[in-house]
Amino acid sequence: MHANSLTTEQIRALIAKGKLKDAIFKVLGIFCLAVALLVIVLLVSDMVAKGSERFTVDFFLNFASRRATQAGILSAWVGSLLVMLVTALAAVPIGVAAGVYLEEYAKRNWITEIIEINITNLAAVPSIVYGLLALGIFVYQFGFGQSILSAGLTLALLILPIIIVSTREAIRAIPAMIREGSMAVGATRWQTCRYHIIPYAMPGILTGVIIGLARAIGETAPIITIGALTFIAFLPPVPYTTGADGVTAGMFDWVMSPFTVMPIQIFNWTSRPDPAFEVNAAAAGFVLMAMVLTMNGIAIYLRYKMRKNIKW
Amino acid sequence: MQIHDTPQLKAEARNLNFYYGEAKALKGINMPIYDKKVTALIGPSGCGKSTYLRSFNRMHDLYPGNRYEGEIRFFPDNTNLLSPEVDPIEVRMRVGMVFQKPNPFPKTIYENVAYGLRVRGENNRRVLDDKVEHALRGAAIWDEVKDRLQDMAPNLSGGQQQRLCIARALATDPELLLFDEPTSALDPIATGAIEELVHELKKRVTILIVTHNMQQAARVSDFTAYMYLGELIEFGKTDEIFIKPQDKRTEDYITGRMG
Repeated sequence: MHANSLTTEQIRALIAKGKLKDAIFKVLGIFCLAVALLVIVLLVSDMVAKGSERFTVDFFLNFASRRATQAGILSAWVGSLLVMLVTALAAVPIGVAAGVYLEEYAKRNWITEIIEINITNLAAVPSIVYGLLALGIFVYQFGFGQSILSAGLTLALLILPIIIVSTREAIRAIPAMIREGSMAVGATRWQTCRYHIIPYAMPGILTGVIIGLARAIGETAPIITIGALTFIAFLPPVPYTTGADGVTAGMFDWVMSPFTVMPIQIFNWTSRPDPAFEVNAAAAGFVLMAMVLTMNGIAIYLRYKMRKNIKW
Repeated sequence: MQIHDTPQLKAEARNLNFYYGEAKALKGINMPIYDKKVTALIGPSGCGKSTYLRSFNRMHDLYPGNRYEGEIRFFPDNTNLLSPEVDPIEVRMRVGMVFQKPNPFPKTIYENVAYGLRVRGENNRRVLDDKVEHALRGAAIWDEVKDRLQDMAPNLSGGQQQRLCIARALATDPELLLFDEPTSALDPIATGAIEELVHELKKRVTILIVTHNMQQAARVSDFTAYMYLGELIEFGKTDEIFIKPQDKRTEDYITGRMG
């Protein structure tokens, strides 16, 4: 035995000391986790308890009303879904294309360096600033007005950095040997992107898209800034149907329609003096949360399905 | 016998220098590559053999800061593969490559082999089917995969994956096939299969192979080049290099005194 080696007792004492710290940290960790989870559980159960009397079919099919018991979220959830549709259609192609360009095409130099830093910073810009920008550009300059289009494009700008960053991270996770394998048979960069890089990055891109949309669906400030209505008793025109005014709606007329969204409806109800509207707000809050959770659930499922077939 | 002693040239490196940024990785290499022969590149780690190999399909062009000097002449048309006027994609259409680690795409076996053809605009199902089968037969893996062409390629064993990668390279009928230590990630049985395949393939294609394994070089190659610190130390027929090397450094390496 070495002169400086430990006796069995010393080794055991050392392990016992280490294990004690192990146990302390474990308890601390569980406590912190419990605090975080408990707050969420309390919030959700509070909303459910307060709003439970409004969980009726009518609540989903009624427009806003001055009478709390008759007020519903029809225009709000339809508005939220349509705004999300515009947001996704605008942000996904632009964000993915920008991410692919930065990873696969752009030369590494100080210009791309600056662009990269700025994209990361854009994700931290307060959403109200995007609202101000959109008010000037989309609402007035482009003349889109206080429409679903303006709101969708505003939120698209807001989540663009999230999509770009997640696209780039997903692309970076693809091993260089896959890229080289594709180029080695004589593929162009675009063929490599189209057949390999984009498909293999898809699960990661999708995660970013859903995280972005989940953030966008809860945004209130920029939507208020561009002037969404808080009280609205009609739906955007369905394409190719004739309204009460006898005018047949075109394919894309709905994008120019005034609208409201879930967070604005909730905000509107909480600011009413009549306490009966608090019930509506709680119920709508729960619905909004359910929408976000559903989106996340779909994302997790799709990612799982896609990842099953991608390995190297 | 005389005819065999003077095989035709497929390619020739002429005063080839290569730089990774400022670092000079290849120093004045002059070397012939003979048609329908196997040429092995041996040497200790970092001697530049992979760098040299990857010059033949302009793989270095994928990364910034790399620079070639000199020429690699490609015959019979006497094209300089390294010329800035020659598109690297054109070079890669003529020169195939098999990598150190098997790198099948996470797609089906069929799509892996068909990929090179699709890149060339071939979409006719009958033509693709024919060429995929031909390539898989050429890579001695057809019998193992013919009943499961629609399975995902990464589910194959390592040795099968590497033969699939060889099939992928063969599908587009390359004139020169580059192997970058193709068996270093494989077990001895899979290695034996690849070596046998290399021996078979030289009937149709010129082969340049980097290997860490000197027995492998001795077994599969007709010519051997020994490289050290970015220089070509010695080039010759494999049996001559291994039996009586001319240079002391080559002798030290192949007898295991250095490496």
